[in-house]
Amino acid sequence: MNTRREFLKTGGALVIGFSLSDELFGQQRGTPPGPDLRQIDTWIAIHSDNTATVYIGFCELGQGASTALPQIAAEELDLDMSQVKTVGLDTNVTPNQGGTFSSASVARGGPQIRTAAAEARFALLQLASKRLDTPLGRLTVAKGVVSVTGSPNRSVTYGELVGDKLFNVPFTGSAPVKPASEYKLLGTPVARRDMPAKVSGKHVYMQHVRVPGMMHARVVRPRGQGAYGDGAKVLSVDETSIRNIAGARVVRRGDLIGILAETEWDAVRAAQQLRVTWDMKPTLPGNDRLYDQMRAAETQDRVVLERGDVAGAADKAAHVVSLTGRGPYQAHALFGPSCAIADVRADSALIACSTSDVYGTRASLARVLEMPADKVRVQYYEGAGTYGHSCYDDAAQAAAILSQAIGKPVRLQFMRWDEHGWDNYGPAHVGEVRAAADSDGRIVAYEYHGWQHNWAVVETSAQLAFGTQPAERDGGAAQQVSPLNLGSMYDVPNLKLVNHRVPGLGYLKGGWLRSPLDLSFSFASEQAIDELAYRVGMDPYAFRQRNIKDARWLGVLDAVAKAAKWTTRRAASNLSKAKVVTGRGIGVGTHLASYGAAVAEIEVDKGTGRIRARHMYGAIDAGLAVNPGNIENQISGQLVQTVSRILKEEVTFNKTSVTSLDWNSYPILRFEECPEITPIVVQRLDERSTGAGEEVMAGAAAAIANAFFDATGVRMQEYPFTPGRVLAALKNN
Amino acid sequence: MANEIKIRVNEQVRTVTAAPDTPLLYVLSSELNLQGPRFGCGLGQCGSCSVLVNGVEMRSCQTRVSAVEGKSVTTLEGLPAWYAAQNKLAKVPALHPVQQAMIDEQAVQCGYCFNGMIVKASELLSKTPQLTEAQIRSAMNGHLCRCGTYPRILKAVQRASQTMKGVTK
Repeated sequence: MNTRREFLKTGGALVIGFSLSDELFGQQRGTPPGPDLRQIDTWIAIHSDNTATVYIGFCELGQGASTALPQIAAEELDLDMSQVKTVGLDTNVTPNQGGTFSSASVARGGPQIRTAAAEARFALLQLASKRLDTPLGRLTVAKGVVSVTGSPNRSVTYGELVGDKLFNVPFTGSAPVKPASEYKLLGTPVARRDMPAKVSGKHVYMQHVRVPGMMHARVVRPRGQGAYGDGAKVLSVDETSIRNIAGARVVRRGDLIGILAETEWDAVRAAQQLRVTWDMKPTLPGNDRLYDQMRAAETQDRVVLERGDVAGAADKAAHVVSLTGRGPYQAHALFGPSCAIADVRADSALIACSTSDVYGTRASLARVLEMPADKVRVQYYEGAGTYGHSCYDDAAQAAAILSQAIGKPVRLQFMRWDEHGWDNYGPAHVGEVRAAADSDGRIVAYEYHGWQHNWAVVETSAQLAFGTQPAERDGGAAQQVSPLNLGSMYDVPNLKLVNHRVPGLGYLKGGWLRSPLDLSFSFASEQAIDELAYRVGMDPYAFRQRNIKDARWLGVLDAVAKAAKWTTRRAASNLSKAKVVTGRGIGVGTHLASYGAAVAEIEVDKGTGRIRARHMYGAIDAGLAVNPGNIENQISGQLVQTVSRILKEEVTFNKTSVTSLDWNSYPILRFEECPEITPIVVQRLDERSTGAGEEVMAGAAAAIANAFFDATGVRMQEYPFTPGRVLAALKNN
Repeated sequence: MANEIKIRVNEQVRTVTAAPDTPLLYVLSSELNLQGPRFGCGLGQCGSCSVLVNGVEMRSCQTRVSAVEGKSVTTLEGLPAWYAAQNKLAKVPALHPVQQAMIDEQAVQCGYCFNGMIVKASELLSKTPQLTEAQIRSAMNGHLCRCGTYPRILKAVQRASQTMKGVTK
């Protein structure tokens, strides 16, 4: 195989010596360096046929990064999309741009790729200037052909200048970047490049990868995890229980049990058949005691933001609203269970998996295998859309541990119950909000208290195999009360946000799930704002307009209201005695950047408690929308997933273990339940691109809750809005 | 015990060695290296492993390989040829109209569920070329999508239905 490393040895075309600060390309914490980020060759190779390969460190997760990022490179290099290729992520080949999470591909990766492409173009123009004996200022480029302005016959192609040789040029830091007015590709809906292969069966998902000599593997675990702190202890393994499956054998490391077999079916059925007695402790709160236990926990408290005098202002205000919101654990529910292939030798390891962060996974695998990180190579293959930290690291570790144990390549795939039952769930949350407005409808005070635990550090495989002590991640903006998403979009003089960190070891294993905590935040917060509007006697959209000063928040709010043809009236002013009633609601919110707003139109059957979302509208302002068509697709997915999460999704568990282990026990939204969708991209060509993969979900969650109030006059305090919960809420009010 | 079993997949007769109770899915993906049908739940709940057996959509994770002996299995890869044969087209198109419509509507996100979505929609349109929105939703209801691409899939199926007008016999 012609590796990037080999390519890099083949000699350079030109040498210019400069250096660039580390700032833009800060290395990931704790990971060893990959390819040098300040060398053009790390990012871009120009080929003799006048095409380019761009080396990108962000994964295609279904979000469109494999189109949007080459789009940025093509724009800055003055190439057509058809002239730009990419390669798969590989710690030996592609640069370390950090993990593909927090909707960062375009937001964080875009500027890096734009800079690299601009540096490459600058270097190419310098070469062309010499070759054509013409000053830089008189050169123009189109489709990789550099020509002299006014003399199109005097030209040279990129391929002729450096074709298949190295640049050997560090970044200058002075390469000019195109202004928005000159964009040809950016801001246009270039068709997704991965779709033709995905619809025809040519796309290689991780689940399709096979290597010679490999064994098929499955893990054997209790059905459903217990408390994160407890893990699971093996009391006994009865290997005679799989005696009838000659091709299968048990491989055990600590409490990690694997089944290995030549054929996949033997591994699958042996894993189901093997009799293992587990010691599982009844230390979980169970769904019924979850929120009370969190609320009563001894927490680590921190004031995240405070200004003015909330209590004083609320005491004097005409209207005060207090509201509690409770959001459940929710699962990534990865559609294709995690899969990995590991080939661990005595002195090196190659692991293919669907991690969102090849370098981060390399570091964790190096620890598990007790091998230096530079001996471990991780390659990325796309799996099903992960929507956060699902079980990809866990599966990669299990494959690596088993391969190390047997000295052969191992292909391991989780079963549905492994994925649903041993996920890093998006943590449950309790929010208590108090908001006050004066009689003119101005918000004068806002206070939010949030309770939740942090994300897990230790993967289940390591915990089981080596007894690694479970621990939780510290800090991190996305796992605590968010100043961006709570109150701050409003012009509120008195504001206080407090985070109550619950110790997480007695709970389920937590991790980041698309728009972490934001749905729960907005569910409580935006219902309180809505309730204030109601008490003041104002239309909820008009009330928000009155209280938002920021032009970009107003921009998305207005855009979504316009699309939904919002007409002015107070919420719950059309209450009907009919069995099936309708309502509409509005909400705003975001994740860590960008601006989101949504409108929901729903139908509530007061007899059955069933809710149908009829139409969802969502608007995002993510600065420069590199590929607005793809962002519309993202908004659409966010709205559908939010309806699913607010109406249906909840991880269930008793005192001992998780009990939602498949699509029947963890239902998600189906075709017949899917609302009509209207996505709106607010384009801001001159603003920095920020994330667009999760920022409309918070507002959409709140819009559904507010629509429920509009339809019924009742505030829901807990989601998902299952029929039982809806009927109970209607009965109590 | 493993037996030699002959199965017809995408109009080719293939001999595989497998225990008769092996789910068809594992034979298609692990023995024949087909990339259309894929493991999603192993429980017949999600639809990612769907194939056509004699033109009828079936969950290959719930179908024993021995049950398709003597029958014709069509996977995502074989849909264009299946469509051409059904409609006696002179030439096999590069893509089935449903596959093409998914691209035209830019419907895909991660795409993992699209095997089942496309197989199901192809079966549906082969039986009933003109469908109401409610009929499409109802027929597709057993196929789940985690990315939430249903709205665009719906449009794509409607588009394919238009394309197939006049072609389908």
